[in-house]
Amino acid sequence: MIVESVPRVWREKKYKYRLIGSRCKSCGSTFFPPKAACKKCGSRDLEEIELPKRGKIITYTVVRSPPRGFEYLVPYVIAIVELEDGTRVLTQITDVNPEEVKTGMQVEAVFRKLKEQSRSGIIEYGIKFRPIR
Amino acid sequence: MKPLNDVSISGYGAYVPVYRIKAEEIARVWGKLHRKLPITEKSVPGPDEDSITMSVEAAKYAIARAKINPQDIKAIYVGSESHPYAVKPSATVIAEAIGMPRDIIAIDMEFACRAGTTAMQSIVALVASGMIKYGIAIGVDTAQGRPGDELEFTAAAGAAAYILGNGKDGIAILEGSTSYVTDTPDFWRREGETYPRHFFRFTGEPAYFHHIINAVNMLMEELGLKPSDFKYAVFHQPNYKFPLSVGKRLGFSIDQLKPGILSNIIGNTYAASSIMGFAAVLDIAKPDDRILVASFGSGAGSDAFSFIVTDLIEERRSLAPSLNELIARKRYVDYAFYAKYRGKIKVN
Amino acid sequence: MRNVYVIGVGMTPIREHWDKSLRNLLAEAIARSADDAGISLRDIESIYVGNMSSGYLQGQEHIGALVATQLGLIGVPACKIEAACASGGMAFHQAFLSVASGMYDCVVASGVEKMTDAITPDVTVALIMADDQEYVANYGATFVSLNALVYRYYMEKYNVKQEDIALFPVHCHRYAQNNPYAQYRRAVSLEDVLKSPLIADPIRLLESAPIGDGAASIVLCSENFIREKGLSPEVLVQVAASAAATDTLSIHEREDISTLTASIKASRKAYEMAKVEPNDIDVLEVHDAFSILGILHLEDLGFAEKGKGTVLVKEGELEVGGKIPTNLFGGLKARGHPVGATGIYQIAEVFLQLTGRAGKSQVDGATVGMAQNVGGVGSTVVVNILKRVR
Repeated sequence: MIVESVPRVWREKKYKYRLIGSRCKSCGSTFFPPKAACKKCGSRDLEEIELPKRGKIITYTVVRSPPRGFEYLVPYVIAIVELEDGTRVLTQITDVNPEEVKTGMQVEAVFRKLKEQSRSGIIEYGIKFRPIR
Repeated sequence: MKPLNDVSISGYGAYVPVYRIKAEEIARVWGKLHRKLPITEKSVPGPDEDSITMSVEAAKYAIARAKINPQDIKAIYVGSESHPYAVKPSATVIAEAIGMPRDIIAIDMEFACRAGTTAMQSIVALVASGMIKYGIAIGVDTAQGRPGDELEFTAAAGAAAYILGNGKDGIAILEGSTSYVTDTPDFWRREGETYPRHFFRFTGEPAYFHHIINAVNMLMEELGLKPSDFKYAVFHQPNYKFPLSVGKRLGFSIDQLKPGILSNIIGNTYAASSIMGFAAVLDIAKPDDRILVASFGSGAGSDAFSFIVTDLIEERRSLAPSLNELIARKRYVDYAFYAKYRGKIKVN
Repeated sequence: MRNVYVIGVGMTPIREHWDKSLRNLLAEAIARSADDAGISLRDIESIYVGNMSSGYLQGQEHIGALVATQLGLIGVPACKIEAACASGGMAFHQAFLSVASGMYDCVVASGVEKMTDAITPDVTVALIMADDQEYVANYGATFVSLNALVYRYYMEKYNVKQEDIALFPVHCHRYAQNNPYAQYRRAVSLEDVLKSPLIADPIRLLESAPIGDGAASIVLCSENFIREKGLSPEVLVQVAASAAATDTLSIHEREDISTLTASIKASRKAYEMAKVEPNDIDVLEVHDAFSILGILHLEDLGFAEKGKGTVLVKEGELEVGGKIPTNLFGGLKARGHPVGATGIYQIAEVFLQLTGRAGKSQVDGATVGMAQNVGGVGSTVVVNILKRVR
């Protein structure tokens, strides 16, 4: 495990809890995670924007050999989801059997536990996605 | 008790995890009880869920139905006996996740299975006093069942959230409420213990029945009502039999009781139990229906409420999935996965 | 910019070196390269060490000073260069610049990784540090899983089957049999690959580079140095090009998940610098951390059209007699991939080809060789081209 840190997690939680990214005010491009400058037009005039909570799976995989700390979730699904506004995010797909996942599947954001920084450490929360039924 | 000013439910939401385990499966591992199994199946929280994550789901549905900006919710009270932290409030994490502002009253509460309704009582008071315009009360639990104990058959997970606002422009107006509390140790958990303990049959008559019957009778007397004045009566549901039994003893018919009973298919969701039953009833209630909701929390106490549904119910309830829709999305797990997800397998 | 030459290389075998620490492996490689170049360790004016995880896995930073001390080279400037799995290639790039600029006349570009000091779940944590810790690693994404996302996306976009992509590691294993330094020196069949366990669907065990320990080192110098030292190498090899580029740190932020634009940018810069085209490359080392990458690199470096990389493998064009002999020492898959050292191994292997020392894998008359080293899933790409000038 990497060094347990409270401030590092606390600082970023707004973006992780509510899927808040950056939007370039000059050209309208959106990014997640937030950025300091726009990679399309170079502008440094970016604003925070809460991203849409629904999207579709662009590509996915099933993790069977986990990093330390994720053993209890194996096998779990990692996917790139393209949100309704075109922004792409990397995420976990939850509440699903890995065999059921398909490219193109419609998914919606849910608030879940991402991991615990050890049994006595703080809990990190964030957004995962689950299939829309 | 009647608030000085009108208070109504602006929005409601309930959440149940997708996983289920059948009571039969638990019996397969631990041996069948000498009598009938208390329910058919119960909900199991997934490995990435806890009382905070479920509260966020329920709260988001409540906000959708209330059609308000979460920045206008100025109090959040979260009742549970399974807060993820013993010290560090669930309320603040939930508040951040749903977009509440910082100038709010936030607190976690505990009173076993009535913590959610006591949270509601408190929010009612804050709203009625004019201190806040909107507040949210949440009852949630990921109940820990002691392996092999009879309560393991029913200890389940779920959440329900209620946004209360001032005035009559909500989906259900509060007529009045009561609370009846005594020092009765029917079910308890000492600090540092993983699983609660209980005194079996003592949790029935002197606990569940005594407190609910008193709270409800007090309520009906104060409001001058009788059982036939209510369309539905929803009770705390630790199993399938108890709510039917207490309802019958209070004079309610099976038709008034059945729509609010979910324990048979989702188990006992502890602090969410009675208010999830209430949500299921709100999913089908019609304008002018009067609904009784009575919780029971070990330790012990009961909160009883009477609500009258308004015209707004029809247009608002469809703004979020109904509880039955959520219950229908189920996946079964066996005892091994259940034990893994509930952290009952020692890995360290 | 002055001309820069490679005059010697040194490598350790790649395996689980239970008996050798990071400092032992690195010192050994550098010493061998000095011997190979016919110089004294004391001729080295600066040391660049490519490495990714010494801090996390060994608790050791400052490995430049560490190895200088280990070799008794007190006073010699040294530093660690880190660009994830492209650390080695990047160390070479920095070493090249330091001589080309006129600052130094003789330097060492080395790389080392000691991965077997930790168990797999911890190595997995170390490797995902190549991507975004806050927004990718926090989901339990592994480095393999990110490549698996690219793999599936590629197969669906270009309608290419796994059976064809899996031919790449089969090719690599065949040639590793000729490489005494390789971690795995036995052939594998396509069936072996396709039946091996899944690590992150669809990537299977035998499609992934292994975990192992190793160190490699290259001596670079100026023309002045060769003359002043009275060295007269039989074959003179010049660094014809050294170029690097980055892409977004994470793959989800890219326009096309199946293209590594950093490969395109770095290679085009390198071709221009060396005044060559893909057709002119006689031997190629690509960064096949996974089978899919081997295929992708052939396309993005300009040897095949997008979606057609597998055709080169199927038609034998990667073989010694083919159009673009590739990974003739086993590649990452079979030679091995001690992360920070890989880039140096690749360039050393190109050097061996150009100097006629590739044994059974020799491409006769090889004059121009290219090595591509990749960090993350193409977030950094370094392309180095060597040319035999005499």
